[in-house]
Amino acid sequence: MSENTTAGYLNMDLLRFTTAGSVDDGKSTLIGRLLYDSKAIFEDQLEAIEQNSKARGDENINLALLTDGLRAEREQGITIDVAYRYFATPKRKFIIADTPGHIQYTRNMVTGASTANLAIVLVDARKGVIEQTCRHAFIADLLRIQHIVVCVNKMDLVDWSQEIFDNIVDDVKKFASRLNNIIDITFIPVSALLGDNIVDPSEHMNWYEGPTLLYYLETVYIGADVNHVDARLPVQWVIRPHSDAWHDFRGFAGRIAGGVFKPGDEVTVLPSGFQSKVKAIHTLNGELAEAYAPMSVAVTLVDEIDISRGDMLVKRNNPPVPRQDVEAMICWFSADKTLMARGKFILRHTTKEVKAIIKEVRYKVNINTLHKIEADLEFTLNDIGRISLRTSAPIIADSYKSNRITGSFVLIDDQTNETVAAGMII
Amino acid sequence: MYQDYTITHLRQLESEAIYILRETAAQFEKPVLLFSGGKDSIVMAYLAKKAFWPAKVPFPLMHVDTGHNFPETMEYRDAFIATLGVDLVVASVQEAIDTGKVIEEKGPYASRNSLQTVALLEALEAGQYDAALGGGRRDEEKARAKERFFSHRDAFGQWDPKNQRPELWNIFNGRKHHGEHFRIFPLSNWTEMDIWQYVKAEDLELPNLYFSHQRDCIVRQGVIMAVTDFIEVQADEEIENMTVRFRTIGDATCTGAALSTASSLEAIIAEVAAARETERGTRTDDKRSETAMEDRKKEGYF
Repeated sequence: MSENTTAGYLNMDLLRFTTAGSVDDGKSTLIGRLLYDSKAIFEDQLEAIEQNSKARGDENINLALLTDGLRAEREQGITIDVAYRYFATPKRKFIIADTPGHIQYTRNMVTGASTANLAIVLVDARKGVIEQTCRHAFIADLLRIQHIVVCVNKMDLVDWSQEIFDNIVDDVKKFASRLNNIIDITFIPVSALLGDNIVDPSEHMNWYEGPTLLYYLETVYIGADVNHVDARLPVQWVIRPHSDAWHDFRGFAGRIAGGVFKPGDEVTVLPSGFQSKVKAIHTLNGELAEAYAPMSVAVTLVDEIDISRGDMLVKRNNPPVPRQDVEAMICWFSADKTLMARGKFILRHTTKEVKAIIKEVRYKVNINTLHKIEADLEFTLNDIGRISLRTSAPIIADSYKSNRITGSFVLIDDQTNETVAAGMII
Repeated sequence: MYQDYTITHLRQLESEAIYILRETAAQFEKPVLLFSGGKDSIVMAYLAKKAFWPAKVPFPLMHVDTGHNFPETMEYRDAFIATLGVDLVVASVQEAIDTGKVIEEKGPYASRNSLQTVALLEALEAGQYDAALGGGRRDEEKARAKERFFSHRDAFGQWDPKNQRPELWNIFNGRKHHGEHFRIFPLSNWTEMDIWQYVKAEDLELPNLYFSHQRDCIVRQGVIMAVTDFIEVQADEEIENMTVRFRTIGDATCTGAALSTASSLEAIIAEVAAARETERGTRTDDKRSETAMEDRKKEGYF
């Protein structure tokens, strides 16, 4: 029995990471190698892409065909959407949000980054830090990804040069000093094609003493990424069994967005402000002594209070302030419509939906240079910038910096029902 | 004492799926859970039980019945649904054939797989269901890798893969116009291994087809097919008694078996860990073309 079976899986945790890059960076090769070396690519898949690569006239096996599953992607030889990929080692399960790296796919990168703990930024050792590197680091920072791994790839093509690697490290650090949220940046010199420092340590770069990419992914500490201090439970659904066995049961069901809840804890219901105590935390497998993010639970309270979807249970220390005036960074997703001051939208925040009007567009950001743009304030596809808006009813929000779940929202076009923007509250 | 507030990968996947199931109940008027009797839909239905416990699951289950079932699947289905205490809606492919809505494929390789789409869309429309929960996983197939949790379908039940709504954080947008519906996939982030590990961790009972047993089979186009009333054995095909199990369970005409002696969950988990072929490698329905799954999904398949 291999290690990745019954004995180990009960202790495995989950790491979500995002990669952004274009074909030239060797991103597909890197992912392909991680998948292949961890046995997440199967022989029938490999055979199928082998045949396909041949039919297309590709010289080598084109690992991009593994992820580029849609007909349009295969025809055009590009990734046009976020592809989710999975692999596991005995220590961790990994979810890769694989996104195209070109500027026209900024919204896809933002989407992939929104749920990621970690971002891999690929730098071609021959080219060094280019616009795209900065853009990817900026997006990772904006979405508050706390761990960045800069893989300096194609080291085999620069004679495994430590000097070139060191220069790239300096350049990235210079740029990263202008970013806000990133907690740690790790630099790894690799050759995805030859496998150096991906799974096994390189024999060509004795000057590098750090971890291999896989070792780093397996061991990076992510337990502190979630806010476990400020207790937040957005109510999704009220469970009322109406059965004899559970006559007066009213369970407030939701996924904990932050902090820890225990029976006996004093809680406040927002926006009403009513106060009560946690009676019990229920699951099918029994009551829990405590519950924390990102667990899905049902909580009962000692008092009978009117609570419905869209309300939030919080603890009395450091509660969020219900607000109707919101300052936020947004990324615009719509190719058909634009955003300007006085635009009206539906705003969805946690489990609540309200109307919103854009009060002011403050600035847009040139995401290659980080310069503010104040001359042109109309958002078109992929634009990122700062706005202020007012909602029709209070939302119970934190800053995105302190909580990614209670600090984020999307804007929806009320005519087309499309999701047109992602927002991060300041 | 320092405390580490992390939960295992299985508990994270469980929590995510329960969140999706509750969002579905909250955002839609009339959801339905598609139940095939396969392991993924069993796990999904069990998660639905968890999501709403101690209340009952607030939506019915729907079985798209090709009429070509393994008898074991049907026995399991009826017993399982009795324990949940929810209603079962059957969308019958046989009925669609009998009433002339679809024309059955002819010949020895005939399958009713593609006819399921018609029966499914009809049943969704007849019941005015606006959300259909499916057990599809992104690791199964490359077209499914691009599928959203909340997947929008137009009034014709069609999927437009190039125009999907972005999904960020925990926020799912299920808004729609009249006549449109959503397909919802709570198990999107699960792999085959996760399913098996979860079945073991939660001690779930599965149809015995998943465990090693003896049965008469033929080998057709490299795939081991069980000999049933629904398969025409050709003159040059030889019936052999084999020790097999099924990695996926679907229509008996397109679900292949795998040689296996794995008769316990532990043995299956070890087998899956060592497997060098995907589970859908035994599905003849995917082998019809390189983008067979995407093409079927666009039309409204699961």
